[in-house]
Amino acid sequence: MTARDAQAPLPSRPAAASRRWTALLQLRELNVLTALLVVIALISFSTPYFLTTDNLMGVFRSFSLIAIMSIGMVMVIITGGIDLSVGSVMGLSSLVTALGFDSGLSMPVCILAGLATGLLFGLFNGVLITVIRLPPFIATLGSLSIGRGLMYIITHGVPLTPDTPDIFAEIGQGYVGLVPVPVVIMLAMTIIFSVLMRQTRFGRYVYATGGNEQAARLSGVKTGRVKLQVYMLSGVIAALAGIVSFSRYLSAEPASGFGAELDVIAAAAIGGASLAGGVGSVEGAIIGAALAGIIANGVVLMNINTYAQQAITGAVILIAVSLDVWRSRRRGA
Amino acid sequence: MTAFLEMRDVSKTFPGVRALNKVDLEVRLGEVHALAGENGAGKSTLMKIMTGVYKADPGGSILINGCPVEITDAVHARALGISIIYQELSMVENLTVADNIFLGREPLRAGVFLDKQRMNREAKAVLAMLHMDMAPTTPVAQLSIGQKQMIEIAKAISYHSKIIIMDEPTASLSHHEAVTLIGLIRKLRQQGIGIVYITHRLDEIFEIADRVSILRDGSTVDSLPIAAVTRDILVRKMVDRELSQLYGQHICHATPDVLLEVKALTLHHPKPHQARVRDIDFTLHRGEVLGFFGLIGAGRTEIMEMIFGMRASSGSIAVEGHAVAIHDPADAIAQGIGFVTEDRKGQGLVLNMSVRENFSLTHLEAYSPQFFVNRPRETARCNDFVASLGIKTPSTEQPVINLSGGNQQKIVIAKWVARSPKILIVDEPTRGIDIGAKAEVHALLARLARDGIGVIVISSDLPEVLAVSDRVIVIKDGRISQTFAREHASQQSIMEAATA
Repeated sequence: MTARDAQAPLPSRPAAASRRWTALLQLRELNVLTALLVVIALISFSTPYFLTTDNLMGVFRSFSLIAIMSIGMVMVIITGGIDLSVGSVMGLSSLVTALGFDSGLSMPVCILAGLATGLLFGLFNGVLITVIRLPPFIATLGSLSIGRGLMYIITHGVPLTPDTPDIFAEIGQGYVGLVPVPVVIMLAMTIIFSVLMRQTRFGRYVYATGGNEQAARLSGVKTGRVKLQVYMLSGVIAALAGIVSFSRYLSAEPASGFGAELDVIAAAAIGGASLAGGVGSVEGAIIGAALAGIIANGVVLMNINTYAQQAITGAVILIAVSLDVWRSRRRGA
Repeated sequence: MTAFLEMRDVSKTFPGVRALNKVDLEVRLGEVHALAGENGAGKSTLMKIMTGVYKADPGGSILINGCPVEITDAVHARALGISIIYQELSMVENLTVADNIFLGREPLRAGVFLDKQRMNREAKAVLAMLHMDMAPTTPVAQLSIGQKQMIEIAKAISYHSKIIIMDEPTASLSHHEAVTLIGLIRKLRQQGIGIVYITHRLDEIFEIADRVSILRDGSTVDSLPIAAVTRDILVRKMVDRELSQLYGQHICHATPDVLLEVKALTLHHPKPHQARVRDIDFTLHRGEVLGFFGLIGAGRTEIMEMIFGMRASSGSIAVEGHAVAIHDPADAIAQGIGFVTEDRKGQGLVLNMSVRENFSLTHLEAYSPQFFVNRPRETARCNDFVASLGIKTPSTEQPVINLSGGNQQKIVIAKWVARSPKILIVDEPTRGIDIGAKAEVHALLARLARDGIGVIVISSDLPEVLAVSDRVIVIKDGRISQTFAREHASQQSIMEAATA
């Protein structure tokens, strides 16, 4: 490291500032952010109630679980993988936490048991993918079914509603000022993982693994370990969403989290993540989840037939992602 | 006998490189026409023009039976009677022999259903012409490489090809298969088919060819009946050129210190004496530039991939006198080895990442002792290298995909040099980059040797190997054929060692 203290030609202040602006304008997230603002404008013009604090906080809370899970998902997708098990892991973790309360364990133990369930599933996925070398789609499809199956075995199809301490219900139902606690958790997770992905060695290795796994491995990156880590993170994060969800309804439903993986993958993809790997961001995924959640709310507020909601959401996803693909192709990327 | 295919003044320019310069070639029916030349002489480009993969530059002409033609693509070439059998066979393994022969032009019944009976019947007829005793319903996956090649030839014949181009057809065949193939080529010749035969094996040229054309640096040097050439003349015509104009003065920085010692290195194989690359012994000294020359497929890259932990191997590797166990690239890197791979885009770079991120990927811990990456320090160090290696990029934040080949190569070298490796392996360091950048890369390698790094250079470019190396090891058929000290190495002697 002889050259480290050598005089480096650092860019002058105004040049750096303008470069930061152009960098901002080139952000892939900008596309979906624009789409989000357009949708918000459209909805709030047609129904003023949309922009009230009450409604907004309700909307935020309703998409917060998908948004939280999309943080784990986007990291997996950036490595070039996919995690189809998040919905099941979310449901099973909420069930394990409920079982803990049911057998009279203390709150921290119940929460840790829920998180450990997610960690274990993530580890299981990661080992299948990096050691046995199953394709991520197949590996996590298998654990999706196993997780869901375990829930039916444990509950026999009957929801579990144990007694819980009042303080536990605050996680899902409480507020910090005007903001619901799940939204606070979502925001905190966004900041933590955004920093992790942008500022740390781990984040760099995640992008490199998905961008060109072979080049990363030949540069000394332990790509197997990176992949194992992202699946474990995705599992724990899905478990956290499960615990929040259980705290909100205080009932562990056997169908809890059913099909959520598709919404979560959609959030990451709307947010600019490429299923080919190497591209995507935590912020993008959150914006993607917000876009889907706000459309769902807008459909209700604007008195559009709720049966049409899914079709509208699907159309918006296709438009947003097509624009994104089209723009990046024009840039010659 | 007049020429069936005639090429006159055919040139081909790629960005920064003139691959072919006014090449003339005549191929007659019923002759075996060998095409000889070093790696990079333009043989591949020429045959890609014959088969419509590339379009020649305006100015030249291609004539078939005396009529000028524009070959637009592979299908058109085939319709004109020109087929090619590539070194890398392209077959659908899960389909049968007949399916592969008729792939893309299957006979149909009622316009929809495959007419399997007719396919099998016609395939059988073609196979019989080649005296091949094989059911057309055999899945291709069950065949040996030699048999697959025969199927490719059968396919070419079923197109009623007048000319069949064969690119290094014996490269991956056993001796017995090669003999069968050569017998088959003689039969095709009798049937009035013209064969363009591309090979590095000079013995084969003398065994089978009627005429030979020699390419060098993208130009036709000569085209002669085989009776008029000897081996010596052929080799001289292939390699002769002025070296002094291309490369500067060579200074040897090698010291007696042994950095790397490799013994009995053999590619993992259930029967080690059959391994494709085996019994490799050599040493590398501090400050030495050690060249590895061999024909494509000789096993040079595999040797380096074993040393770098990319392939399982047996034998021993010692770095600075200590035996080391290398199971994956991270182990090799920990021992102070760096590897600039041949495949820059596939293995060297993460294309959508920036110059800075690619640069620091090998040594990110240097900027992040704990957890967070110190971005200003990372950028500053990257800027140092951009300046000192003369990498042309608008900024360190530019995605490497937007840079030229030469600048990309410098970034790959920079990412290893920044780690201060003891040993740097560079595989085809100047392939696909322009002449100016080439000279800079050569100067850079010399500078690294001066700084005490042991450098291994693999190259198919013979003048390059001679110009940059202190010693040259020649690999042939997976083994070391000969080692030359710089003062005893000449283009002729190295080419002899690589082909004899």
